[in-house]
Amino acid sequence: MLRHMIYFENVSKYYGKNETIALDSVSFQIAPKEFVSIVGHSGAGKTTLLKMLIAEDKPSEGSIFYESQDIHKISRSQLPSFRRKIGTIFQDFKLLSGKTAFENVAFAMEANSRTDDEIAMSVPQALELVDLAEKMHHFPSELSGGEKQRVAIARALVNQPDIIIADEPTGNLDPIATYEVVQILKKINDLGTTVILTTHNKGVIDILEKRVITMDGGRIIRDDKNGKYLL
Amino acid sequence: MLTSLKRIIRTGSVGFVRSAYVSFSAIYVMVITLLVIGGSLIFGALLDHTLVTLKSKVDVNIYFTVDAEDEAILAFRKQVESLSDVKVVTYLSRDEALAQFKERHAGDELTIRALEELGENPLGASISITAHDPAQYEGIVQFINETSESAEATIIDRINFNQNKSAIDRLTNIVTIIDKITKIIVMTLVFVTVLITFNTIRLAIYTARDEVSVMRLVGASNTFIRGPFVVQGALYGVIAGVITLILLYPIAYYLGPSTDAFFGLNIFRYYLADFGRIFAIVMGSGASLGIVSSAVAISRYLRI
Repeated sequence: MLRHMIYFENVSKYYGKNETIALDSVSFQIAPKEFVSIVGHSGAGKTTLLKMLIAEDKPSEGSIFYESQDIHKISRSQLPSFRRKIGTIFQDFKLLSGKTAFENVAFAMEANSRTDDEIAMSVPQALELVDLAEKMHHFPSELSGGEKQRVAIARALVNQPDIIIADEPTGNLDPIATYEVVQILKKINDLGTTVILTTHNKGVIDILEKRVITMDGGRIIRDDKNGKYLL
Repeated sequence: MLTSLKRIIRTGSVGFVRSAYVSFSAIYVMVITLLVIGGSLIFGALLDHTLVTLKSKVDVNIYFTVDAEDEAILAFRKQVESLSDVKVVTYLSRDEALAQFKERHAGDELTIRALEELGENPLGASISITAHDPAQYEGIVQFINETSESAEATIIDRINFNQNKSAIDRLTNIVTIIDKITKIIVMTLVFVTVLITFNTIRLAIYTARDEVSVMRLVGASNTFIRGPFVVQGALYGVIAGVITLILLYPIAYYLGPSTDAFFGLNIFRYYLADFGRIFAIVMGSGASLGIVSSAVAISRYLRI
């Protein structure tokens, strides 16, 4: 039996006084090197689920484990080092606007206390991987949507994390840029990194042919090993 | 550790230059705060100087009778000098008093002629007593009165302490009240400008709140996130401090002669003589205001 890396155990999340349910008793596991897509309509609970995984939000009930560690019992001082094991990619890129592409990627390494020599070597490599070596000194405002997302991928990758979490990474991209981003994520997974992707783009899911978890109303309604987008 | 520190300083400096408009606004507001602080220092010195001058104007003059023997006067002087409250005793002989009188009335022919017609020196000798503290005069005068009453033949003609006292007391009170009111106004001004500075920096950091959340997500520690903002705050403070010190120079130069005439203290000379202290207070206030404001403002976005 495959040893799992991430465990969600009966995780529920309620918001506000009238107890809006964002997640309802969600349980699943993710193995190392897996590529898992989480699909569902807006409000299905996909983003809430990812926020729990990076400890940006706490569950109302249940637990989430990374290997044997309960994520929400990690002390505040240890949280940064936990987050360095996870690379995150967002729909709105979340790049630091005052920093160039190089500096954005380098920042993730600086935060990880890497040396200047390592940064000088790894950042161009990461930008090369996403085909942006020539624009490494451009600011985000000088890049297209697809290019920004590729910088974000390079930033997520550069510390060689155990997991890459991509929350609707193609939501703001045209079909060509979407295709490029999906191919890069596939490549990252082929190199041995666990990838968790949320999307509601049917085309993306269908070309991946990987495990698909389908959510609706805060619950998991389907978990297929070689899934299709069925909603 | 050293690498982190280097990176924090570098990131803070780069952020300072790249967000030039925000930096300009923060420095502008801080200059106003520091001008208030620097100005209050100088104004405080003016008031202190006035108080000291007023206090030094208080003294007790004892005029002796015309027929008082020199030995008796000198013995009395020694007795007064031996009092611990007494700082200085200055003796003015009859001849010196006459010379001073003539000099003072040199242009007044009528008075000089009247004096000549008298044929003898009508002025008595006197001593002027300065105490360590104006509050001690009361006790000194009481001692003199008691001594003079117990003596067989009094040599004291009159004591003029009571004549000056009420006027000087009133002036001292006025200056003390002005000093207190000024302190309250300055404290209020400083408080208000510090609040404005704090809010300006808070606003500057508010614009960077999304960036802070990204920094957290890539695993940056709180120190690593806070550091560059604190460096930026310190830079605001130091630059604002330098600008304030530069601005105070011509202001003090321009106002110097007027304050010299009015208060007896040239603030330009005071500014130059006390520059070390003013420098330390203005720069220290600037840097600590910038650092504390940034650290407090950023801590809001570091909570999870």
